[in-house]
Amino acid sequence: MVPEIGNISLTLALVVSILLAVYPLWGAYRQHDTLMATARPLAIGLFFFTLISFVCLVYAFVTDDFSLAYVAQHSNSRLPLHYKVTAVWGGHEGSFLLWVLMLSIWTVAVALFSRGIPHAMVSRVLSVLGMVSVGFYLFMLLTSNPFDSMLPFFPVDGRDLNPLLQDFGMIIHPPMLYMGYVGFSVAFAFAISALLSGQLDSTWARWSRPWVIAAWSFLSVGIALGSWWAYYELGWGGWWFWDPVENASFMPWLAGTALMHSLAVTEKRKAFKSWTVLLAIAAFSLSLLGTFLVRSGVIVSVHSFASDPTRGLFILGILVILSGFGLLLYALRASQLKSPGRYQAFSREVLLMGNNVLLCAATLVVLLGTLLPLVHKELGLGSISVGAPFFNQMFTWLVVPFVLFLGLGPLTRWKQQHVAALRNQLLLAFGLSISAAFLVSMSYSQPSYMAALGLTMAFWILITSIQEVLQRIGAMQDNDSMLRRLRKLTPSHWGMVLGHLGFAVTLIGISLVSNYEVERDVRMAPGETVSLGGYEFTFRDVVKHQGPNYDADIGIFDVFRNGEKVVHLEPEKRMYTVQRMPMTEAGIHSTLTRDLFIAMGEPLENGAWAVRIYIKPFVIWIWCGAAIMALGGACSISDRRYRMAKLARLKQTFSHPQTTTQTGEQS
Amino acid sequence: MNPRRKKRLTLFLSIAVLIGGAVSLMLYALTDSIDLFYTPSEIIEGKDGRKPQVGQRLRIGGMVVPGSVSRDSETLAVTFDLIDVGPKVSVQYTGILPDLFREGQGIVATGTLLDSRTIKAQEVLAKHDEEYMPPELAEKMKGIKHVKPDNAGN
Repeated sequence: MVPEIGNISLTLALVVSILLAVYPLWGAYRQHDTLMATARPLAIGLFFFTLISFVCLVYAFVTDDFSLAYVAQHSNSRLPLHYKVTAVWGGHEGSFLLWVLMLSIWTVAVALFSRGIPHAMVSRVLSVLGMVSVGFYLFMLLTSNPFDSMLPFFPVDGRDLNPLLQDFGMIIHPPMLYMGYVGFSVAFAFAISALLSGQLDSTWARWSRPWVIAAWSFLSVGIALGSWWAYYELGWGGWWFWDPVENASFMPWLAGTALMHSLAVTEKRKAFKSWTVLLAIAAFSLSLLGTFLVRSGVIVSVHSFASDPTRGLFILGILVILSGFGLLLYALRASQLKSPGRYQAFSREVLLMGNNVLLCAATLVVLLGTLLPLVHKELGLGSISVGAPFFNQMFTWLVVPFVLFLGLGPLTRWKQQHVAALRNQLLLAFGLSISAAFLVSMSYSQPSYMAALGLTMAFWILITSIQEVLQRIGAMQDNDSMLRRLRKLTPSHWGMVLGHLGFAVTLIGISLVSNYEVERDVRMAPGETVSLGGYEFTFRDVVKHQGPNYDADIGIFDVFRNGEKVVHLEPEKRMYTVQRMPMTEAGIHSTLTRDLFIAMGEPLENGAWAVRIYIKPFVIWIWCGAAIMALGGACSISDRRYRMAKLARLKQTFSHPQTTTQTGEQS
Repeated sequence: MNPRRKKRLTLFLSIAVLIGGAVSLMLYALTDSIDLFYTPSEIIEGKDGRKPQVGQRLRIGGMVVPGSVSRDSETLAVTFDLIDVGPKVSVQYTGILPDLFREGQGIVATGTLLDSRTIKAQEVLAKHDEEYMPPELAEKMKGIKHVKPDNAGN
């Protein structure tokens, strides 16, 4: 019964999305208010039906309804309850339902929070989102319906959730990641609507900015969670593998970062208009491309969804239609996208352009590295793989000028900046960052150039950010105290500072862990001690343990430093009984400056085990940095200037149509 | 040539030079990190008429020959043989094998060719899926012996 309700409401959601794609747009075209007014209720209906459908699937999982093929393949009666719920998005069909749920959440959010935006514009945006939805709901119903039944012959028990997914990471990583992925559809919708309407002034940039920042923040958190999860769950202590699926999420992030900065220029300076539109289309297309790569099974990766050529083809179809439509519209309207802003060779505009060029170059590098093996194979040139060294080398080259611009950008004025006015400040920042990095590097017994470079870059960002805040409060014309002045800076300004500092923190983590990590694979029998990086790791014993749906060997380790006990760790080797799949649960002790990481390898003769022991300095900074970046995003969105409804009301009261209260502000 | 055109030409040329430089850097970086994929029989008999050279970096995918895995009793060194449909190739590796490494299982290793039939592996991968077989290998062995078990079974 319940699965049927789910199935029906999914179909109803498709119907609603078709209506949403047609009516409001038609209304906007005909200037027909009643038709346009259907946009909000339809968006809410879309969300409502998708939610019912999702809840039905959750219910099927919780009640072990193995008559559904999807439940039978991804759950088991012995699975703990919270994993039964997360198993909903443990496979292709269910995770796609989560995906469309996210899409409907964004749609309804746009419907509810854009009261200040002109009616026709909201209608167009919601219609475009409706069109995107039509594609995805059709895809679900035709090729991957989670409510497909196995009646009349259904199994007694399910095949269990993949043990890798039975983890805390699974609860939050996919929702966050999808939220980010799908969020770029809003930017796409705004860009397309602006193109459709022909109102190509910079207002659409202001309207879509908070949405882009929100999607970008979710995506940052999602990617960081994925990286953290891989680090502690896969048992080899790596935090980024340049795996095609990681790349698939990284490309929209890079394009989204570029978009965020280019939108700022479009909003403030009315420049880069046509570029920004193109980026909005590109960011969403890259999200779709990522979906295609992951779901079609054309590339080999750790994230395996059962591959099915028709699914791949369908998503490719959606990708071609949506981006093709976007690009066609862009080609038709691009000539109207005049950017009146003029600027000199040394100005914030140019630095942000540099930022965009570098981010796009980085996107291309990832795209090339991910697709080359595919193209190579299709051309009949044989199978190849592009290794991590390629990506690492390219990103090392790209990040240096990127960070240089990142430091300069906020300090520089719009339009024109005299070099002389900044020279002393910059020399000071440069000198300070090099000497600080040098001092920190010297504290290591074997200084590494790459780590020193990474630290210099991080300090450069830190120091220029401080200088920028000081410059900003120094320019205030009042006699307030320091603290009062700091509080006068807008949240969106703090958002930018936090975003940049978060990047610096991640940079510190990456450069230190890549250059100073100590790792050793070693053969250990109970009672033996291995010393590594100033720590002594003592292997006490192995005990057997029986979990709800697995059997485990638990290694008992004590870690000492200078004779004093640091921590007791219990890494596990589990064997999940239903899928006959072994899993490694690492024992990790994290502090701000280093992680101790022990993982059980395989049992050897005479009770000995192969054991991995890693010491990873500052690895936690990588994910903290991402969290700070996302916090910066949240801070920016909270800025009053994005409260469209309030702005609209203000405009009415002052009856001053084009007041741009923001011209004085900079961020 | 009027100054405006001249300016445009310089801009255009400098962009072209920049892009050219970037692409050549990228290709240069790529040549170092592309690993060609071979199956064991392709290593012995050659692929498209070409045999891999000793010292070359490559990827190999094959089934672990049952009974061929031997561990050193003191260290973590291990050797095993890989096979597809033809001759065997032996792989040397030092370190911890992945969780799903088993005899009879399809695996992928990245490493260098030591001599015509021995590979020194830096990395051994087995997919977290029991039915997994490297797709290249699956293609080669299509219809020979690997039958994918029914997914929805009980």
